[in-house]
Amino acid sequence: METAQGPVIHLDKLNKSFGSNHVLRDFSFDLHPEENVVVLGKSGSGKSVLIKCIIGLLKPDSGIVNVFGKDIPDLDQDELDRMRVKVGFLFQSNALYDSMTVRENLEFPLRRHLIQKNRETVDELVMEALSNVGLANTVDMMPSQLSGGMRKRIALARTLILKPEIILYDEPTTGLDPITAMEIINLIIEVQKKYKASSLIISHDMNCVKYAAHRVVMLIDGECYAVGTYEELKRSTDTKVKQFFE
Amino acid sequence: MNTTYQAWQKFLAEVGDVSRFTLRFFKEFLRPRYEGQELLRQSFYIGYKSLGLVGITAFIMGLVITIQSRPTLVEFGAEAWLPKMVSVSLVREIAPVISALICAGKIGSSIGAELGSMKVTEQIDAMEVSGTNPFKYLVVTRVLAATFMIPILAVLADAISLYGGYLGANIRGVVSWDLYWNQVFDTLAYADIVPSIIKTFFFGFAIGIIGCYKGYNSNKGTEGVGRSANAAVVVASLLVFVIDLIVVQLTDVLNLT
Repeated sequence: METAQGPVIHLDKLNKSFGSNHVLRDFSFDLHPEENVVVLGKSGSGKSVLIKCIIGLLKPDSGIVNVFGKDIPDLDQDELDRMRVKVGFLFQSNALYDSMTVRENLEFPLRRHLIQKNRETVDELVMEALSNVGLANTVDMMPSQLSGGMRKRIALARTLILKPEIILYDEPTTGLDPITAMEIINLIIEVQKKYKASSLIISHDMNCVKYAAHRVVMLIDGECYAVGTYEELKRSTDTKVKQFFE
Repeated sequence: MNTTYQAWQKFLAEVGDVSRFTLRFFKEFLRPRYEGQELLRQSFYIGYKSLGLVGITAFIMGLVITIQSRPTLVEFGAEAWLPKMVSVSLVREIAPVISALICAGKIGSSIGAELGSMKVTEQIDAMEVSGTNPFKYLVVTRVLAATFMIPILAVLADAISLYGGYLGANIRGVVSWDLYWNQVFDTLAYADIVPSIIKTFFFGFAIGIIGCYKGYNSNKGTEGVGRSANAAVVVASLLVFVIDLIVVQLTDVLNLT
């Protein structure tokens, strides 16, 4: 997956603490164009903190967070907003706007960033995004009327609607039954192929690691403990790595 | 002793946080982009949707104040002063303060709970990562809507409560429509009306900013949402009285009474 273009995300010696709790320790890692990387780690290992540092929701204590060649902590609010249009984020909780219909949820980012805002264009893009996740019939429903799996798909459609170049997934299969989880994993793979986006997936779901990852980064005790393909890590003799694959 | 010190420390830290939040409001308010559509939507929810409750309360207050005041005035042979006394009480104090308290309960809790729930379910973060400034979109619009809608509600409450006063005056006695309103408008001066309207802008601002502050800084899951809504009502109601006290003192010092 190495390309001449260089990484779309470059993290170098990233540190983040909350009081005395040192969550990320000198974490370094690159995400390359059109690559799917899964960050694997136990609950509370700092995976979500890592992804929030990348999108600028948290400020690192030290280290480099570089996205599309720009240092995230140094960007002002307007630059950060412009950069975020190119980076989609799928929240673990889906974070759909409860007071809005599915259509309004999808229109929200569109109306704020699309220059061509006529009704037909917006409708077309909304329906295209919903069709991509197989839920075109839910367009006028409220999020509360949808099942967990459907909400996840709608959240993914909202993430995709601005056609981001990087997609960050925070625990995309957590809380879903195995069948729905597998459907979401397949969607992630399809989306990556269709949009040619780079994906960083935070997960502890081994099916997600097995099927969606080109590369796996193991986050243990806040450090980038091991990097490799699923097969490489599965063959590892290291005790800490092995316990994930047993 | 230690507990008192900690309580003061917590109180002062909270005051500092609210002040920072308020400063941020002014900073974001002055900076484009302006969220006109959301401001209109919030004005509709805060203004129109509260009109019924504020109207009913104002009507009952006007009616009750008149009925309660009548026997005392009759005792002193001053029944003819009823419209004058009631109108000054209602316009200067009762209608604006009661409207603001109703709004602190209805709007303050609703803003606190809505933003609190959005915070704990990561909807505010989702807004931020989609390149939208959530402070501007959620906080600035709600505070502005509360600041401008509550004075309108208070003016309507003035009118409705005065009408309630008219009906109250006619329950035991007989006061003609023309006589009642002539006496009301003869009595009321700009010095009664203007300060009472000006203070409602401050009431609205306080209700909006406290509701947003409590909701926006909500944590600890669903329990935190309940706490935010509750704290928004309690603090905003208290602030309404504090602002009222300051404005009454100021109008007195400036000899506007």
